[in-house]
Amino acid sequence: MTPEMKGFILLSVLKMLFVFTVILVGVALLTLMERKVSAWMQNRRGPNRVGWAGLLQPAADGVKNILKEETSPALANRWLFVLAPALAFIPALMLSAVIPFAAPLPVDFDVTLGPLGPFAYHGPLPMVVADLPIGFLFVLAISSMGVYGIALAGWSSNSKYALLGGLRATAQMISYEVAMGLSLIPVLLISGNVGFGAIIRDQQAGLWYVLPLFLSFFIFLISGFAETNRLPFDLPEAESELIAGYHTEYSAMKFSLFFIAEYANVVTVCAMVTTLFFGGWDIPGRWDEQGGLLQTIATGAFFFLKLMFWIFFVMWIRWTLPRFRYDQLMALGWKVLMPIALAYIMVICTAIYGIEHVAGITDPKLRSLALLGVNVVVAFLVFGLLDSGVFIKGSNRRQHSAKPLVKRATVTG
Amino acid sequence: MAIGVKVMRRPEREVSYVRATLKGMALTFKHMFEPKVTMQYPEQKSTTEWSISQRWRGTHRMLTDEQGRSKCVACGLCPQICPANCIKLVPGEDEQGNRYPLIYEIDEFRCVFCGYCQEVCPEEAIHVGVHFENAEYTRGRFVYDLERLQSQTHAVSTLWDPSDPQGE
Repeated sequence: MTPEMKGFILLSVLKMLFVFTVILVGVALLTLMERKVSAWMQNRRGPNRVGWAGLLQPAADGVKNILKEETSPALANRWLFVLAPALAFIPALMLSAVIPFAAPLPVDFDVTLGPLGPFAYHGPLPMVVADLPIGFLFVLAISSMGVYGIALAGWSSNSKYALLGGLRATAQMISYEVAMGLSLIPVLLISGNVGFGAIIRDQQAGLWYVLPLFLSFFIFLISGFAETNRLPFDLPEAESELIAGYHTEYSAMKFSLFFIAEYANVVTVCAMVTTLFFGGWDIPGRWDEQGGLLQTIATGAFFFLKLMFWIFFVMWIRWTLPRFRYDQLMALGWKVLMPIALAYIMVICTAIYGIEHVAGITDPKLRSLALLGVNVVVAFLVFGLLDSGVFIKGSNRRQHSAKPLVKRATVTG
Repeated sequence: MAIGVKVMRRPEREVSYVRATLKGMALTFKHMFEPKVTMQYPEQKSTTEWSISQRWRGTHRMLTDEQGRSKCVACGLCPQICPANCIKLVPGEDEQGNRYPLIYEIDEFRCVFCGYCQEVCPEEAIHVGVHFENAEYTRGRFVYDLERLQSQTHAVSTLWDPSDPQGE
Protein backbone atom coordinates (compact mmCIF):
# COMPACT_ATOMS: atom_id res chain seq x y z
CA MET A 1 0.00 0.00 0.00
CA THR A 2 1.33 3.38 -0.92
CA PRO A 3 1.71 6.05 1.75
CA GLU A 4 -0.94 8.15 -0.06
CA MET A 5 -3.48 5.37 0.15
CA LYS A 6 -2.76 4.81 3.82
CA GLY A 7 -3.03 8.55 4.45
CA PHE A 8 -6.40 8.61 2.72
CA ILE A 9 -7.66 5.69 4.80
CA LEU A 10 -6.38 7.25 8.01
CA LEU A 11 -8.08 10.59 7.30
CA SER A 12 -11.28 8.85 6.23
CA VAL A 13 -11.39 6.90 9.47
CA LEU A 14 -10.86 10.12 11.43
CA LYS A 15 -13.66 11.83 9.49
CA MET A 16 -15.95 8.85 10.08
CA LEU A 17 -15.29 8.90 13.81
CA PHE A 18 -15.91 12.64 13.89
CA VAL A 19 -19.12 12.59 11.86
CA PHE A 20 -20.70 9.61 13.58
CA THR A 21 -19.80 10.88 17.03
CA VAL A 22 -21.30 14.25 16.23
CA ILE A 23 -24.42 12.67 14.74
CA LEU A 24 -25.03 10.28 17.62
CA VAL A 25 -24.38 12.84 20.35
CA GLY A 26 -26.27 15.45 18.36
CA VAL A 27 -29.25 13.18 17.95
CA ALA A 28 -29.31 12.61 21.70
CA LEU A 29 -29.21 16.33 22.28
CA LEU A 30 -31.92 16.88 19.67
CA THR A 31 -34.34 14.90 21.81
CA LEU A 32 -33.62 17.40 24.55
CA MET A 33 -33.96 20.30 22.14
CA GLU A 34 -37.29 18.98 20.93
CA ARG A 35 -38.59 18.82 24.47
CA LYS A 36 -37.24 22.26 25.28
CA VAL A 37 -38.68 23.84 22.14
CA SER A 38 -42.05 22.22 22.70
CA ALA A 39 -41.99 23.42 26.30
CA TRP A 40 -41.15 26.98 25.33
CA MET A 41 -43.88 27.06 22.75
CA GLN A 42 -46.33 26.00 25.44
CA ASN A 43 -45.03 28.47 28.03
CA ARG A 44 -43.33 25.72 30.00
CA ARG A 45 -39.70 25.25 30.97
CA GLY A 46 -39.00 21.74 29.75
CA PRO A 47 -36.60 19.27 31.37
CA ASN A 48 -34.26 21.15 33.71
CA ARG A 49 -33.55 18.73 36.53
CA VAL A 50 -30.81 16.44 35.25
CA GLY A 51 -27.56 18.31 34.83
CA TRP A 52 -27.28 21.97 34.06
CA ALA A 53 -30.48 23.14 32.32
CA GLY A 54 -31.36 19.50 31.69
CA LEU A 55 -28.33 18.83 29.52
CA LEU A 56 -27.87 15.35 30.97
CA GLN A 57 -31.49 14.41 30.32
CA PRO A 58 -30.60 12.44 27.14
CA ALA A 59 -28.05 10.46 29.17
CA ALA A 60 -30.68 9.72 31.80
CA ASP A 61 -33.11 8.63 29.10
CA GLY A 62 -30.41 6.46 27.54
CA VAL A 63 -29.62 4.74 30.83
CA LYS A 64 -33.29 4.19 31.45
CA ASN A 65 -33.79 2.69 28.01
CA ILE A 66 -30.84 0.36 28.35
CA LEU A 67 -31.95 -0.88 31.76
CA LYS A 68 -35.59 -1.40 30.79
CA GLU A 69 -37.05 -4.79 30.07
CA GLU A 70 -36.96 -5.94 26.48
CA THR A 71 -40.42 -7.21 25.70
CA SER A 72 -41.49 -9.02 22.62
CA PRO A 73 -45.06 -9.90 21.77
CA ALA A 74 -46.21 -13.49 21.58
CA LEU A 75 -46.25 -14.80 18.00
CA ALA A 76 -44.07 -11.96 16.82
CA ASN A 77 -41.62 -12.86 14.13
CA ARG A 78 -38.61 -12.67 16.43
CA TRP A 79 -36.00 -12.42 13.70
CA LEU A 80 -37.59 -9.52 11.87
CA PHE A 81 -38.70 -7.98 15.14
CA VAL A 82 -35.08 -7.65 16.19
CA LEU A 83 -33.88 -6.79 12.71
CA ALA A 84 -36.36 -3.96 12.08
CA PRO A 85 -34.88 -1.33 14.42
CA ALA A 86 -31.48 -1.93 12.88
CA LEU A 87 -32.96 -1.60 9.40
CA ALA A 88 -34.42 1.75 10.35
CA PHE A 89 -31.29 2.89 12.13
CA ILE A 90 -28.54 1.97 9.67
CA PRO A 91 -29.78 3.87 6.57
CA ALA A 92 -30.45 6.90 8.74
CA LEU A 93 -26.84 6.93 9.89
CA MET A 94 -25.43 6.04 6.47
CA LEU A 95 -26.85 9.22 5.01
CA SER A 96 -24.72 11.40 7.23
CA ALA A 97 -21.69 10.11 5.35
CA VAL A 98 -22.36 12.03 2.15
CA ILE A 99 -23.19 15.50 3.45
CA PRO A 100 -20.29 17.95 3.07
CA PHE A 101 -20.11 19.91 6.28
CA ALA A 102 -17.27 22.38 5.66
CA ALA A 103 -14.99 23.83 3.02
CA PRO A 104 -12.20 21.48 1.87
CA LEU A 105 -9.21 21.60 4.17
CA PRO A 106 -5.79 21.84 2.52
CA VAL A 107 -3.74 19.03 4.03
CA ASP A 108 -0.10 18.36 3.43
CA PHE A 109 1.64 15.81 5.62
CA ASP A 110 4.17 13.05 5.46
CA VAL A 111 4.58 11.12 8.69
CA THR A 112 5.71 7.70 9.82
CA LEU A 113 3.56 6.09 12.48
CA GLY A 114 5.74 3.40 14.10
CA PRO A 115 5.18 -0.08 12.65
CA LEU A 116 2.38 1.11 10.36
CA GLY A 117 4.87 2.80 8.08
CA PRO A 118 4.66 6.12 6.27
CA PHE A 119 1.42 8.07 5.75
CA ALA A 120 1.03 10.92 3.31
CA TYR A 121 -1.73 13.19 2.03
CA HIS A 122 -1.36 16.16 -0.26
CA GLY A 123 -4.00 18.56 -1.50
CA PRO A 124 -7.43 19.66 -0.35
CA LEU A 125 -9.28 17.21 1.84
CA PRO A 126 -13.04 17.28 1.20
CA MET A 127 -14.88 17.62 4.50
CA VAL A 128 -17.26 14.77 3.83
CA VAL A 129 -16.87 11.13 4.76
CA ALA A 130 -17.60 9.83 1.28
CA ASP A 131 -17.42 12.32 -1.57
CA LEU A 132 -19.75 10.29 -3.78
CA PRO A 133 -20.17 11.32 -7.39
CA ILE A 134 -23.83 10.23 -7.26
CA GLY A 135 -24.61 12.78 -4.54
CA PHE A 136 -28.27 13.22 -3.78
CA LEU A 137 -29.28 10.13 -5.72
CA PHE A 138 -27.59 8.17 -2.94
CA VAL A 139 -29.60 10.07 -0.35
CA LEU A 140 -32.87 9.43 -2.19
CA ALA A 141 -32.05 5.74 -2.57
CA ILE A 142 -30.95 5.11 1.00
CA SER A 143 -33.55 7.27 2.69
CA SER A 144 -36.32 5.25 1.05
CA MET A 145 -34.70 2.10 2.44
CA GLY A 146 -35.50 3.34 5.92
CA VAL A 147 -39.13 2.48 5.31
CA TYR A 148 -38.24 -1.23 5.30
CA GLY A 149 -37.39 -0.95 8.95
CA ILE A 150 -40.70 0.70 9.72
CA ALA A 151 -42.79 -1.62 7.55
CA LEU A 152 -41.09 -4.73 8.94
CA ALA A 153 -41.42 -3.44 12.49
CA GLY A 154 -45.11 -3.03 11.89
CA TRP A 155 -45.54 -6.41 10.28
CA SER A 156 -43.38 -8.50 12.62
CA SER A 157 -44.97 -7.13 15.80
CA ASN A 158 -48.14 -9.17 15.25
CA SER A 159 -50.22 -6.20 16.33
CA LYS A 160 -52.96 -4.47 14.36
CA TYR A 161 -51.85 -0.98 15.34
CA ALA A 162 -48.24 -1.62 14.44
CA LEU A 163 -49.28 -3.16 11.13
CA LEU A 164 -51.43 -0.17 10.24
CA GLY A 165 -48.58 2.14 11.15
CA GLY A 166 -46.19 0.22 8.94
CA LEU A 167 -48.63 0.23 6.02
CA ARG A 168 -49.20 3.94 6.37
CA ALA A 169 -45.47 4.59 6.46
CA THR A 170 -45.04 2.62 3.25
CA ALA A 171 -47.83 4.37 1.38
CA GLN A 172 -46.69 7.76 2.58
CA MET A 173 -43.09 7.11 1.65
CA ILE A 174 -44.03 6.00 -1.86
CA SER A 175 -46.29 9.03 -2.39
CA TYR A 176 -43.82 11.62 -1.24
CA GLU A 177 -40.75 10.01 -2.72
CA VAL A 178 -42.13 10.94 -6.13
CA ALA A 179 -42.62 14.60 -5.31
CA MET A 180 -39.25 14.71 -3.58
CA GLY A 181 -37.41 13.24 -6.54
CA LEU A 182 -39.22 15.51 -8.99
CA SER A 183 -38.49 18.56 -6.88
CA LEU A 184 -34.78 17.87 -7.16
CA ILE A 185 -34.76 17.75 -10.97
CA PRO A 186 -34.62 21.58 -11.30
CA VAL A 187 -31.52 21.47 -9.07
CA LEU A 188 -30.01 19.00 -11.47
CA LEU A 189 -31.07 21.18 -14.40
CA ILE A 190 -29.24 24.25 -13.25
CA SER A 191 -26.23 22.66 -11.59
CA GLY A 192 -25.78 19.97 -14.25
CA ASN A 193 -24.48 17.58 -11.59
CA VAL A 194 -25.89 15.44 -8.79
CA GLY A 195 -22.77 15.58 -6.60
CA PHE A 196 -23.05 17.72 -3.52
CA GLY A 197 -19.62 19.25 -4.10
CA ALA A 198 -20.56 20.47 -7.58
CA ILE A 199 -23.91 21.76 -6.39
CA ILE A 200 -22.30 23.80 -3.64
CA ARG A 201 -19.71 25.20 -6.08
CA ASP A 202 -22.49 26.23 -8.46
CA GLN A 203 -24.32 27.97 -5.63
CA GLN A 204 -21.14 29.78 -4.69
CA ALA A 205 -20.80 31.03 -8.24
CA GLY A 206 -24.46 32.03 -8.59
CA LEU A 207 -27.09 32.41 -5.94
CA TRP A 208 -28.22 29.98 -3.27
CA TYR A 209 -30.75 27.74 -4.99
CA VAL A 210 -33.53 28.78 -2.66
CA LEU A 211 -33.83 31.99 -4.68
CA PRO A 212 -33.79 30.71 -8.26
CA LEU A 213 -35.58 27.47 -7.33
CA PHE A 214 -37.93 28.54 -4.60
CA LEU A 215 -40.73 26.17 -5.46
CA SER A 216 -38.36 23.20 -5.52
CA PHE A 217 -37.25 24.11 -2.06
CA PHE A 218 -40.83 24.37 -0.88
CA ILE A 219 -41.82 20.99 -2.29
CA PHE A 220 -38.64 19.37 -1.03
CA LEU A 221 -39.22 20.70 2.45
CA ILE A 222 -42.79 19.38 2.60
CA SER A 223 -41.78 16.01 1.20
CA GLY A 224 -38.93 15.95 3.68
CA PHE A 225 -41.38 16.28 6.53
CA ALA A 226 -43.35 13.39 5.09
CA GLU A 227 -40.22 11.28 4.57
CA THR A 228 -39.10 11.67 8.16
CA ASN A 229 -42.61 10.89 9.45
CA ARG A 230 -42.68 14.08 11.44
CA LEU A 231 -45.76 16.06 12.25
CA PRO A 232 -47.87 17.16 10.42
CA PHE A 233 -47.28 13.89 8.56
CA ASP A 234 -46.67 11.53 11.45
CA LEU A 235 -49.47 9.18 10.45
CA PRO A 236 -47.34 6.05 10.93
CA GLU A 237 -47.12 6.96 14.62
CA ALA A 238 -50.40 8.81 15.12
CA GLU A 239 -50.65 8.20 18.83
CA SER A 240 -54.28 9.26 19.00
CA GLU A 241 -55.29 6.67 16.42
CA LEU A 242 -52.66 3.92 16.50
CA ILE A 243 -51.28 4.09 20.08
CA ALA A 244 -47.70 4.49 18.86
CA GLY A 245 -48.00 3.11 15.35
CA TYR A 246 -45.19 0.94 14.10
CA HIS A 247 -43.23 0.94 17.37
CA THR A 248 -46.17 0.11 19.62
CA GLU A 249 -44.70 -3.24 20.62
CA TYR A 250 -41.14 -2.09 21.08
CA SER A 251 -39.55 -1.32 24.39
CA ALA A 252 -36.19 -0.40 25.83
CA MET A 253 -33.27 0.17 23.47
CA LYS A 254 -35.04 -1.17 20.39
CA PHE A 255 -37.63 1.56 20.81
CA SER A 256 -34.83 4.02 21.36
CA LEU A 257 -33.23 3.01 18.07
CA PHE A 258 -36.38 4.05 16.20
CA PHE A 259 -36.15 7.42 17.85
CA ILE A 260 -32.50 7.82 17.02
CA ALA A 261 -33.32 6.87 13.43
CA GLU A 262 -36.10 9.46 13.29
CA TYR A 263 -33.87 12.23 14.55
CA ALA A 264 -30.99 11.16 12.35
CA ASN A 265 -33.40 11.37 9.41
CA VAL A 266 -34.42 14.84 10.50
CA VAL A 267 -30.76 15.85 10.60
CA THR A 268 -30.25 14.41 7.13
CA VAL A 269 -33.24 16.13 5.59
CA CYS A 270 -32.23 19.41 7.18
CA ALA A 271 -28.67 18.92 5.95
CA MET A 272 -30.06 18.22 2.47
CA VAL A 273 -32.16 21.38 2.55
CA THR A 274 -29.12 23.33 3.69
CA THR A 275 -26.83 21.81 1.10
CA LEU A 276 -29.14 21.87 -1.88
CA PHE A 277 -30.93 25.16 -1.33
CA PHE A 278 -28.94 27.22 1.17
CA GLY A 279 -25.45 26.85 -0.19
CA GLY A 280 -24.27 24.12 2.18
CA TRP A 281 -21.26 25.43 4.03
CA ASP A 282 -21.05 28.48 1.76
CA ILE A 283 -20.59 31.82 3.49
CA PRO A 284 -21.74 34.63 1.17
CA GLY A 285 -18.72 36.35 -0.33
CA ARG A 286 -15.42 35.15 -1.69
CA TRP A 287 -13.57 34.71 1.59
CA ASP A 288 -14.45 31.07 2.19
CA GLU A 289 -13.07 29.88 -1.13
CA GLN A 290 -9.46 30.63 -0.30
CA GLY A 291 -8.96 27.39 1.62
CA GLY A 292 -7.34 27.12 5.00
CA LEU A 293 -7.95 25.86 8.50
CA LEU A 294 -9.78 29.01 9.57
CA GLN A 295 -12.02 28.87 6.52
CA THR A 296 -12.82 25.23 7.18
CA ILE A 297 -13.77 25.92 10.79
CA ALA A 298 -15.82 29.01 9.91
CA THR A 299 -17.69 27.29 7.10
CA GLY A 300 -18.29 24.29 9.36
CA ALA A 301 -19.76 26.56 12.01
CA PHE A 302 -21.89 28.33 9.43
CA PHE A 303 -23.18 25.02 8.08
CA PHE A 304 -24.02 24.01 11.64
CA LEU A 305 -25.94 27.25 12.16
CA LYS A 306 -28.01 26.74 9.01
CA LEU A 307 -28.59 23.13 9.95
CA MET A 308 -29.74 24.09 13.43
CA PHE A 309 -32.11 26.64 11.98
CA TRP A 310 -33.77 24.01 9.83
CA ILE A 311 -33.92 21.54 12.68
CA PHE A 312 -35.57 24.21 14.75
CA PHE A 313 -37.94 24.85 11.87
CA VAL A 314 -38.93 21.18 11.81
CA MET A 315 -39.67 21.31 15.52
CA TRP A 316 -41.47 24.59 15.14
CA ILE A 317 -43.78 23.05 12.55
CA ARG A 318 -44.28 19.98 14.69
CA TRP A 319 -45.51 21.97 17.65
CA THR A 320 -47.70 24.21 15.53
CA LEU A 321 -49.64 22.06 13.12
CA PRO A 322 -52.06 19.25 13.86
CA ARG A 323 -51.81 15.94 12.02
CA PHE A 324 -53.23 15.63 8.52
CA ARG A 325 -56.08 13.29 7.84
CA TYR A 326 -54.93 10.37 5.75
CA ASP A 327 -56.83 11.32 2.59
CA GLN A 328 -55.60 14.91 2.91
CA LEU A 329 -52.06 13.59 3.11
CA MET A 330 -52.48 11.52 -0.02
CA ALA A 331 -54.27 14.32 -1.85
CA LEU A 332 -51.52 16.76 -1.01
CA GLY A 333 -48.84 14.38 -2.22
CA TRP A 334 -50.41 13.20 -5.46
CA LYS A 335 -52.78 15.98 -6.46
CA VAL A 336 -50.83 19.03 -5.40
CA LEU A 337 -47.12 18.50 -4.93
CA MET A 338 -46.54 16.15 -7.82
CA PRO A 339 -48.33 18.21 -10.51
CA ILE A 340 -46.69 21.38 -9.22
CA ALA A 341 -43.29 19.72 -9.30
CA LEU A 342 -43.87 18.47 -12.85
CA ALA A 343 -45.07 21.84 -14.05
CA TYR A 344 -42.18 23.52 -12.32
CA ILE A 345 -39.70 21.30 -14.15
CA MET A 346 -41.24 22.47 -17.44
CA VAL A 347 -41.10 26.11 -16.36
CA ILE A 348 -37.47 25.83 -15.29
CA CYS A 349 -36.52 23.96 -18.49
CA THR A 350 -38.10 26.67 -20.59
CA ALA A 351 -36.57 29.42 -18.51
CA ILE A 352 -33.09 27.93 -18.70
CA TYR A 353 -33.42 27.43 -22.44
CA GLY A 354 -34.61 31.00 -22.82
CA ILE A 355 -31.88 32.43 -20.66
CA GLU A 356 -28.99 30.43 -22.07
CA HIS A 357 -29.88 30.03 -25.71
CA VAL A 358 -32.22 32.86 -26.56
CA ALA A 359 -30.87 35.60 -24.32
CA GLY A 360 -27.41 34.10 -24.34
CA ILE A 361 -26.60 34.71 -20.68
CA THR A 362 -23.93 32.33 -19.39
CA ASP A 363 -22.63 34.15 -16.31
CA PRO A 364 -23.90 32.07 -13.36
CA LYS A 365 -24.80 35.13 -11.30
CA LEU A 366 -26.87 36.73 -14.07
CA ARG A 367 -28.47 33.41 -14.90
CA SER A 368 -29.49 32.95 -11.28
CA LEU A 369 -30.90 36.45 -11.10
CA ALA A 370 -32.93 35.87 -14.25
CA LEU A 371 -34.26 32.62 -12.79
CA LEU A 372 -35.06 34.48 -9.59
CA GLY A 373 -37.20 36.86 -11.63
CA VAL A 374 -39.08 33.92 -13.14
CA ASN A 375 -39.50 32.46 -9.67
CA VAL A 376 -41.00 35.54 -8.13
CA VAL A 377 -43.77 35.35 -10.72
CA VAL A 378 -44.20 31.60 -10.29
CA ALA A 379 -44.23 31.83 -6.50
CA PHE A 380 -46.85 34.57 -6.54
CA LEU A 381 -49.00 32.53 -8.90
CA VAL A 382 -48.69 29.29 -6.97
CA PHE A 383 -49.18 30.79 -3.54
CA GLY A 384 -52.05 32.92 -4.79
CA LEU A 385 -53.73 29.81 -6.15
CA LEU A 386 -52.90 27.83 -3.01
CA ASP A 387 -54.34 30.53 -0.83
CA SER A 388 -57.52 30.86 -2.82
CA GLY A 389 -58.10 27.17 -2.30
CA VAL A 390 -57.80 26.05 -5.91
CA PHE A 391 -55.30 23.28 -5.12
CA ILE A 392 -56.03 22.51 -1.51
CA LYS A 393 -59.45 22.68 -0.04
CA GLY A 394 -59.79 23.80 3.52
CA SER A 395 -62.01 22.04 6.00
CA ASN A 396 -64.68 24.71 5.81
CA ARG A 397 -67.17 22.94 3.62
CA ARG A 398 -70.38 23.61 5.47
CA GLN A 399 -72.09 25.06 2.39
CA HIS A 400 -72.05 21.61 0.84
CA SER A 401 -72.76 19.47 3.85
CA ALA A 402 -75.50 21.74 5.13
CA LYS A 403 -77.67 20.96 2.13
CA PRO A 404 -80.77 19.19 3.47
CA LEU A 405 -81.16 15.67 2.20
CA VAL A 406 -84.97 15.72 2.10
CA LYS A 407 -86.70 18.66 0.62
CA ARG A 408 -88.25 20.47 3.54
CA ALA A 409 -92.02 20.82 3.46
CA THR A 410 -92.99 24.42 2.97
CA VAL A 411 -94.70 25.83 5.99
CA THR A 412 -97.38 28.27 5.10
CA GLY A 413 -99.71 30.42 7.10
CA MET B 1 -82.70 43.17 26.14
CA ALA B 2 -81.40 41.50 23.07
CA ILE B 3 -79.23 38.46 23.58
CA GLY B 4 -75.62 39.08 22.53
CA VAL B 5 -74.81 36.62 19.78
CA LYS B 6 -71.18 36.31 18.76
CA VAL B 7 -71.01 36.20 14.99
CA MET B 8 -67.99 34.23 13.77
CA ARG B 9 -66.34 35.61 10.68
CA ARG B 10 -66.46 32.62 8.37
CA PRO B 11 -64.68 32.82 5.05
CA GLU B 12 -67.18 33.34 2.27
CA ARG B 13 -65.34 31.20 -0.27
CA GLU B 14 -63.20 28.12 0.11
CA VAL B 15 -59.75 28.92 1.43
CA SER B 16 -56.75 26.71 1.99
CA TYR B 17 -54.74 26.27 5.16
CA VAL B 18 -51.71 28.19 3.92
CA ARG B 19 -52.61 31.37 5.73
CA ALA B 20 -53.76 29.56 8.82
CA THR B 21 -50.43 27.72 8.93
CA LEU B 22 -48.45 30.95 8.84
CA LYS B 23 -50.69 32.45 11.49
CA GLY B 24 -50.20 29.42 13.72
CA MET B 25 -46.46 29.53 13.29
CA ALA B 26 -46.35 33.18 14.24
CA LEU B 27 -48.37 32.34 17.32
CA THR B 28 -46.15 29.50 18.50
CA PHE B 29 -43.05 31.61 17.86
CA LYS B 30 -44.49 34.41 19.94
CA HIS B 31 -45.17 31.99 22.76
CA MET B 32 -41.50 31.04 22.97
CA PHE B 33 -40.70 34.42 24.46
CA GLU B 34 -43.58 34.72 26.81
CA PRO B 35 -43.04 34.28 30.55
CA LYS B 36 -43.12 30.67 31.64
CA VAL B 37 -46.02 29.51 33.74
CA THR B 38 -44.21 26.51 35.22
CA MET B 39 -44.08 26.36 39.00
CA GLN B 40 -40.77 24.80 40.08
CA TYR B 41 -42.60 22.49 42.44
CA PRO B 42 -40.37 21.02 45.11
CA GLU B 43 -38.54 24.32 45.61
CA GLN B 44 -41.52 26.53 45.06
CA LYS B 45 -44.86 25.51 46.50
CA SER B 46 -46.90 28.55 45.76
CA THR B 47 -46.66 31.57 43.51
CA THR B 48 -48.36 34.91 43.56
CA GLU B 49 -50.91 33.58 41.10
CA TRP B 50 -51.50 30.26 42.68
CA SER B 51 -51.44 28.87 46.18
CA ILE B 52 -53.20 25.93 47.69
CA SER B 53 -56.72 26.71 48.87
CA GLN B 54 -57.37 27.16 52.57
CA ARG B 55 -60.38 24.92 52.04
CA TRP B 56 -58.21 22.02 50.86
CA ARG B 57 -59.11 18.79 52.67
CA GLY B 58 -55.95 16.75 53.14
CA THR B 59 -54.54 14.41 55.79
CA HIS B 60 -55.88 14.88 59.28
CA ARG B 61 -54.66 16.70 62.35
CA MET B 62 -55.78 16.27 65.94
CA LEU B 63 -55.59 19.54 67.85
CA THR B 64 -54.40 19.53 71.47
CA ASP B 65 -55.19 21.62 74.54
CA GLU B 66 -52.71 23.61 76.66
CA GLN B 67 -51.48 20.50 78.50
CA GLY B 68 -50.68 18.81 75.21
CA ARG B 69 -53.51 16.31 75.49
CA SER B 70 -55.79 15.78 72.53
CA LYS B 71 -59.00 17.77 72.58
CA CYS B 72 -60.94 14.62 71.68
CA VAL B 73 -63.58 13.55 74.18
CA ALA B 74 -64.24 10.23 72.42
CA CYS B 75 -67.87 11.10 71.77
CA GLY B 76 -67.94 8.77 68.79
CA LEU B 77 -69.52 11.20 66.32
CA CYS B 78 -66.69 11.08 63.79
CA PRO B 79 -66.62 7.28 63.31
CA GLN B 80 -70.40 7.47 63.20
CA ILE B 81 -70.56 10.01 60.37
CA CYS B 82 -67.49 8.81 58.47
CA PRO B 83 -68.80 7.52 55.08
CA ALA B 84 -65.66 5.52 54.46
CA ASN B 85 -65.56 3.95 57.91
CA CYS B 86 -61.91 4.81 58.27
CA ILE B 87 -61.84 6.06 61.88
CA LYS B 88 -61.25 3.57 64.66
CA LEU B 89 -62.09 4.95 68.10
CA VAL B 90 -61.92 3.10 71.44
CA PRO B 91 -63.10 5.42 74.24
CA GLY B 92 -61.57 5.47 77.70
CA GLU B 93 -62.45 7.31 80.94
CA ASP B 94 -60.11 8.69 83.61
CA GLU B 95 -60.68 9.02 87.42
CA GLN B 96 -62.48 12.38 87.08
CA GLY B 97 -64.88 10.85 84.59
CA ASN B 98 -63.40 12.64 81.57
CA ARG B 99 -63.66 10.63 78.40
CA TYR B 100 -60.62 10.39 76.18
CA PRO B 101 -59.64 8.17 73.24
CA LEU B 102 -57.68 5.05 74.16
CA ILE B 103 -57.17 4.29 70.50
CA TYR B 104 -57.80 6.80 67.74
CA GLU B 105 -56.66 5.68 64.32
CA ILE B 106 -57.46 7.02 60.87
CA ASP B 107 -56.72 4.89 57.83
CA GLU B 108 -55.78 7.56 55.31
CA PHE B 109 -56.10 5.05 52.47
CA ARG B 110 -59.75 4.45 53.24
CA CYS B 111 -60.49 8.11 53.90
CA VAL B 112 -62.36 9.96 51.16
CA PHE B 113 -61.46 13.38 52.61
CA CYS B 114 -65.05 14.55 52.82
CA GLY B 115 -64.32 16.59 55.95
CA TYR B 116 -67.44 15.38 57.78
CA CYS B 117 -65.36 14.44 60.82
CA GLN B 118 -64.21 18.03 61.21
CA GLU B 119 -67.72 19.35 60.66
CA VAL B 120 -69.29 17.03 63.19
CA CYS B 121 -66.66 17.31 65.93
CA PRO B 122 -68.17 19.18 68.91
CA GLU B 123 -64.75 19.89 70.44
CA GLU B 124 -63.02 21.07 67.24
CA ALA B 125 -60.47 18.36 67.85
CA ILE B 126 -60.18 16.41 64.56
CA HIS B 127 -59.47 18.44 61.45
CA VAL B 128 -58.65 17.79 57.85
CA GLY B 129 -55.41 19.57 56.96
CA VAL B 130 -54.07 21.70 54.16
CA HIS B 131 -51.47 19.17 53.17
CA PHE B 132 -50.82 16.93 50.19
CA GLU B 133 -47.29 15.49 50.40
CA ASN B 134 -48.00 12.12 51.94
CA ALA B 135 -45.45 9.71 50.49
CA GLU B 136 -44.48 6.77 52.68
CA TYR B 137 -42.38 3.67 52.23
CA THR B 138 -44.94 1.18 53.53
CA ARG B 139 -48.71 0.94 53.37
CA GLY B 140 -48.86 0.48 57.12
CA ARG B 141 -47.57 3.98 57.67
CA PHE B 142 -50.81 5.35 56.26
CA VAL B 143 -52.76 4.32 59.34
CA TYR B 144 -52.24 7.44 61.43
CA ASP B 145 -52.46 6.86 65.19
CA LEU B 146 -53.30 9.48 67.79
CA GLU B 147 -49.71 10.45 68.42
CA ARG B 148 -49.09 11.00 64.72
CA LEU B 149 -52.29 12.97 64.29
CA GLN B 150 -51.28 15.22 67.19
CA SER B 151 -47.74 15.76 65.96
CA GLN B 152 -48.79 17.07 62.54
CA THR B 153 -48.12 20.78 62.21
CA HIS B 154 -49.67 21.76 58.88
CA ALA B 155 -52.54 24.26 58.70
CA VAL B 156 -56.04 22.94 59.23
CA SER B 157 -58.69 23.31 56.59
CA THR B 158 -61.30 26.04 56.94
CA LEU B 159 -63.77 23.83 55.04
CA TRP B 160 -65.52 26.93 53.80
CA ASP B 161 -64.38 30.35 52.79
CA PRO B 162 -64.73 32.60 55.88
CA SER B 163 -65.46 35.61 53.68
CA ASP B 164 -68.22 33.74 51.86
CA PRO B 165 -69.81 31.29 54.33
CA GLN B 166 -72.91 30.74 52.20
CA GLY B 167 -70.82 29.58 49.28
CA GLU B 168 -72.03 32.29 46.96
